[in-house]
Amino acid sequence: MTDVATEEAVEHGAEQGAGLAFHPLDQFKITRLFGEGPIEWYTPTNATLWMALAVVAIIVIFVFGSKGRALIPSRLQSIGEMAYGFVYKMVEDVAGHDGAKFFPLIMTLFLFILSANMLGLLPGSFTPTSHIAVTAILGFGFFIFVTLLGFAKNGAHFLGLFWMSDAPLILRPIIAVIEVISYFVRPVSHSIRLAGNIMAGHAVMKVFAAFAPLVLMSAIGYVVTPVSILAITAIYALEVLVAFIQAYVFTILACVYLKDALHPGH
Amino acid sequence: MTTETTVTEVAHGAAEASGAGMPQLDFSTFPNQIFWLLVTLVVIYFVLSRVALPRIGSVLAERKGTITNDLAAAEELKQKAVGAEKAYNDALVSARAEASKIVAAAKADIQKDLDKALAKADAEIAAKAAESEKRIAEIRAGAMEAVTEVAKDTAKELVTALGGQTDARTVTAAVTAALKG
Repeated sequence: MTDVATEEAVEHGAEQGAGLAFHPLDQFKITRLFGEGPIEWYTPTNATLWMALAVVAIIVIFVFGSKGRALIPSRLQSIGEMAYGFVYKMVEDVAGHDGAKFFPLIMTLFLFILSANMLGLLPGSFTPTSHIAVTAILGFGFFIFVTLLGFAKNGAHFLGLFWMSDAPLILRPIIAVIEVISYFVRPVSHSIRLAGNIMAGHAVMKVFAAFAPLVLMSAIGYVVTPVSILAITAIYALEVLVAFIQAYVFTILACVYLKDALHPGH
Repeated sequence: MTTETTVTEVAHGAAEASGAGMPQLDFSTFPNQIFWLLVTLVVIYFVLSRVALPRIGSVLAERKGTITNDLAAAEELKQKAVGAEKAYNDALVSARAEASKIVAAAKADIQKDLDKALAKADAEIAAKAAESEKRIAEIRAGAMEAVTEVAKDTAKELVTALGGQTDARTVTAAVTAALKG
């Protein structure tokens, strides 16, 4: 059925000379960088390329930028210092002073997500953080890490996180069940929030982009084309904001979960 | 007509897209993504924790230290400036006191000299005045005597000229009495 529809669309397009091409999800396809064949776990793909570019961006800003160790920083060094101060303050404010030990880990999460999101906004790029596989590993990986950390630091006291000692005694078991469920939902929402936001934004942009050439085919395009171009611009601006905010949200939630692991008492 | 065609195409396009499915749910690519993600995260973690973060942290700490030191140095210099100003004011006050002392001493000296000179001048003037008075008295006495002599002589001559007997003692007594009167 679907194949028939596709063939019809292709034929239609051929008849018209050019049709509107709606492939809003094509930008998320994982493809081999070199040659043909199946995608094995080690195959270099476009995901590999854009993750590598994120690494390169981080190295350029944070290693080469601070190379001078200048007392009066250069622009690049200022960016690195601002990011350092921003995340360090976040970790210290949310997770407390002993959370500062995990600052490199939190910084890794923040910078990876931020640079992947930002690089993904380049036209024609691929966004690793739009894939649930990536964000789920980030989310669940961090979840397992803080859970193990919580038990290692506090032992059985970590379970106090689920036991509201200031609630009425009858309600405590019910609250505990809710707390346990919400605790296990954390990594799911943590990872789906990021992938969902990024994917939705990119897909919407692609849909508007597909409407843009309508002026070449029909009179209604005189209205639709300017509107869709304006919409792409507006959504792009919004997506720049979202790229930062989602990195920030992911990081600050990671700090909150870290705080719960270090200080489980309410 | 054209619009209708477009709408049909849109529908076809959407059908095609949903037919292809979300690449996010293509589980065959998961091992690949997870593998490269882990490689990426490990690389970023080591670059940050071994090189970038200690370096930026030390630069920030160094800058903080420099600023603190500079502020302390500025505070110290300010204290020094205040001290210097105080010393200057003290020196000014003592110099003023010294100057007024010197002025007072000079004034006293001058006053002493002046008093001495005045006293000396007064004494001289007094001596000169006394001498002059004496001389004036002498002159006056001399004049009185001469006047008496002239009067006696004149009286005697007058009496003689008038044909009277000139009795020296009587004439003298009369002149003396007249002079007194």
